[in-house]
Amino acid sequence: MGSLSLSQLQHLWWLLVAVVGALFIFMTFVQGGQTLLFAIARTEDEKTLVINSLGKKWELTFTTLVLFGGALFAAFPLFYATSFGGAYWVWILILFTFILQAVSYEYRKKPKNFLGARTYEIFLFINGSVGIILIGAAIGTFFTGSGFSLNDYNLVTWQSPLRGLEAAFNPFNLSFGLFLMFIARLLGALYLHNNIAHSAIRERTRKAAFNNLLCSLPFLLYILFSLVTMNGFAVNPENGQIFLESGKYLNNLLAMPIHGLGFLLAGLLLVIYGVIINRFKNSDKGIWPAGLGVVLVVLALLFIAGYNNTAFYPSFYDLQSSLTIANASSSHYTLTAMSYIAISIPFILAYIIYVWHLLDARKLTEDDVAAGKY
Amino acid sequence: MGHLDLAQVDWARAQFALTAMYHWIFVPLTLGLSVLIAFFETIYYKTGKEEWKRLTRFWMTLFGINFAIGVATGIIMEFQFGTNWSNYSWMVGDIFGAPLAAEGLFAFFLETTFFAVMFFGWDRVSKKFHLLSTWLVAIGSNLSALWILVANAWMQHPVGMHFNPDTARFEMKNFWEILGSPVAVSHFVHVTSSGFLLAALFVVSISSWFLLKNRHAEMAKKSIAVAAVFGVISASFVGLTGDESAYTAAQVQPMKLAAMEGLYQGGYNAAMVVAGIPNPAKKPGDTQNEFKAVIKVPGLLSLLANRKIGSFVPGIDDLVFGNRKQGIISAAAKIESGKKAIASLATYKTARKRGRAGVAAQALKTFRENQHYIGYGYFAKAEDLVPDVPLVFYSFHIMVMLGTLFPVIFIGFLLFIYKQNLARQKWFLRFGCWSLFLGYLAQQSGWVVAEVGRQPWAIQDLLPVFVARSNLTTGTIQTTFFMFVLVFTVLLIAEVSIMLKQIKIGPEEL
Repeated sequence: MGSLSLSQLQHLWWLLVAVVGALFIFMTFVQGGQTLLFAIARTEDEKTLVINSLGKKWELTFTTLVLFGGALFAAFPLFYATSFGGAYWVWILILFTFILQAVSYEYRKKPKNFLGARTYEIFLFINGSVGIILIGAAIGTFFTGSGFSLNDYNLVTWQSPLRGLEAAFNPFNLSFGLFLMFIARLLGALYLHNNIAHSAIRERTRKAAFNNLLCSLPFLLYILFSLVTMNGFAVNPENGQIFLESGKYLNNLLAMPIHGLGFLLAGLLLVIYGVIINRFKNSDKGIWPAGLGVVLVVLALLFIAGYNNTAFYPSFYDLQSSLTIANASSSHYTLTAMSYIAISIPFILAYIIYVWHLLDARKLTEDDVAAGKY
Repeated sequence: MGHLDLAQVDWARAQFALTAMYHWIFVPLTLGLSVLIAFFETIYYKTGKEEWKRLTRFWMTLFGINFAIGVATGIIMEFQFGTNWSNYSWMVGDIFGAPLAAEGLFAFFLETTFFAVMFFGWDRVSKKFHLLSTWLVAIGSNLSALWILVANAWMQHPVGMHFNPDTARFEMKNFWEILGSPVAVSHFVHVTSSGFLLAALFVVSISSWFLLKNRHAEMAKKSIAVAAVFGVISASFVGLTGDESAYTAAQVQPMKLAAMEGLYQGGYNAAMVVAGIPNPAKKPGDTQNEFKAVIKVPGLLSLLANRKIGSFVPGIDDLVFGNRKQGIISAAAKIESGKKAIASLATYKTARKRGRAGVAAQALKTFRENQHYIGYGYFAKAEDLVPDVPLVFYSFHIMVMLGTLFPVIFIGFLLFIYKQNLARQKWFLRFGCWSLFLGYLAQQSGWVVAEVGRQPWAIQDLLPVFVARSNLTTGTIQTTFFMFVLVFTVLLIAEVSIMLKQIKIGPEEL
């Protein structure tokens, strides 16, 4: 590992960031489930069942988001500085929804909780809807770009007074946000279907997964169509100059037949497969193919955004200020040191999977809720 | 580096202080209570007695309530470096990001994963695995403190790095030097042991209330016995590492130490202040008295600062105006040197752009000669290098006084338990109840000393806070400041209200 070149390390770290990002989007089944609460749980007991099922997992999603931030900070600090300091409002609002989420599970049912259970349920809904749409819009700017410039000392000046919120008004970014929200709801429904033993809830989650797949399709088609036809932000590897290339993202997909086009198509098919077996074969295993599918799709999107001489955080205002994995990264030393740290990732994944295997061995039932064993 | 708007910097500073102080209401309790609960559960595991399980579960419920809001206030701490301090993020991200990523990877997943077992696993995993999980939560919490304190210590005493003029940022040279920095080590032990101490006060305080109300007396006494022993041990670590922290501050941040002691005129055989009222009108270099009233112990500060009787301790005036005899360079000279570093860096960058190698090499040489003081180059006058002396002084002395009081409280509880008449000591139990607030006061004071004491620096000597900021309007930061005030206050009210209710409900009946 000590012998990897700077460029190889930059590619490795974009891969690691993409993996964490993809796992996070998979884990947003928690957020998706939060937005389904009012639709699939009719009685107080049903609500408690759904909240408890999601409540066991929310921290894992949250921690993945925190790690995503930490990894970006450590590996691509210029992105951290440019995007968080520049697209200020979009990130602040996303964070706010996560602050609200963090207390809601624990405080919702506790006596004397000051705001009432309903308020905490609304907090969860806001996190699952507004939070996810804004995250989608922020990821959308990886392709559509933002209006900023960097000076000689890499200080960012943002052009729009909306400080990042303007991204949500771009049709591509907004569609991306809504697409992510429907996907999160689809995953949430599949997860709850798998995790809870309660016939009425299972019937409703089955329908919800299918309906949300249908809702996501128009946005998906629009995103795919835009993606393959739009101009992309390319980098000249010789001199680092950024230029607009027509069909850049289509070119990238084709240039990466396996981890670009292959992942994207396989991922989409897996998502559809997961929903279909859930809807028509009444299988509760749909979450697994669908989850894997989402991971593959996000990986493909992040690969075509950052690999193959592409600027992953482009500026349409000043092309040469655009960020690439080469100009935004940490130093050779830091990336090497962190790569040693990253060797621990498989071990960490292993114990997480082992523990959840133990905890989820038995499905959650109304008896568990009644006995307070959750 | 752009137009300087002081109001904007101060609002960003206030926002950082606000979010950090709110976050720090909850974190030390998480650090300590996780360990105490692990002890309780270990006793349950060893004895098999259900009353210990009941006791463990009671404290675990309170732990969970506190933990949730700790997480809520914590996420903003991480991302705030990007949103409000983007220049900082760029300038030192190469170094600062790594411990943050390590924290996420090593500590947070451990904490989160086994937290789930701790709360949902009672009847889903074996007793042994549950106990292991509780310990792993305690280890995970404290491990996360390690990484974040390594990052903080690096800001106080930047080691293991160099400045890269081509990227115009600081880059890591030696990971181990950063991890093993003496400031990091003393910081870590001081902060975690003070968290243990707070948790011990928390348990003692609530248990005292139960005894006063004559409810759950057995559980309360058991809890106090474990917590008070834990408290005494923690308090001694807090004291020892506090001494170490003061020593390292004297070595690497002499201005901070001078402010902690309100010391303007340095000297040999320097006296330590036991209590005093600093003169708020006092300015560096003037002839006014440092204190309006003061009690000092001669020679003690020299011993504390240098571990050498009679040694020289520099005061604020020595550091601002220099002291040739002691080889202390004046701030004015450092400012001049810093300005040279900044100017030569600009020349270097322009020359490189235009391909003028000779000019670039010359500029780089000048830069290297002056780079150690680059941060000083951003200041107009030497007086700006002095932190708020009364605030740092009072915080330091409140912390020290309380730190001396806590072990006495714990020993008192142990004594009455030994004599088996604790339940009759009404006044002492009442004092025990309220002592928790003193614990919180000491915690907050400690961070005020550490963070206000190092002003105006974000990175000691290298990066002033006002250069570290993001390019945002004052109005934007004011808006988010008040958003945080509102949300955090509402959540705090909810947290306290739920906590009090759960305490009133008490441990579940068997």
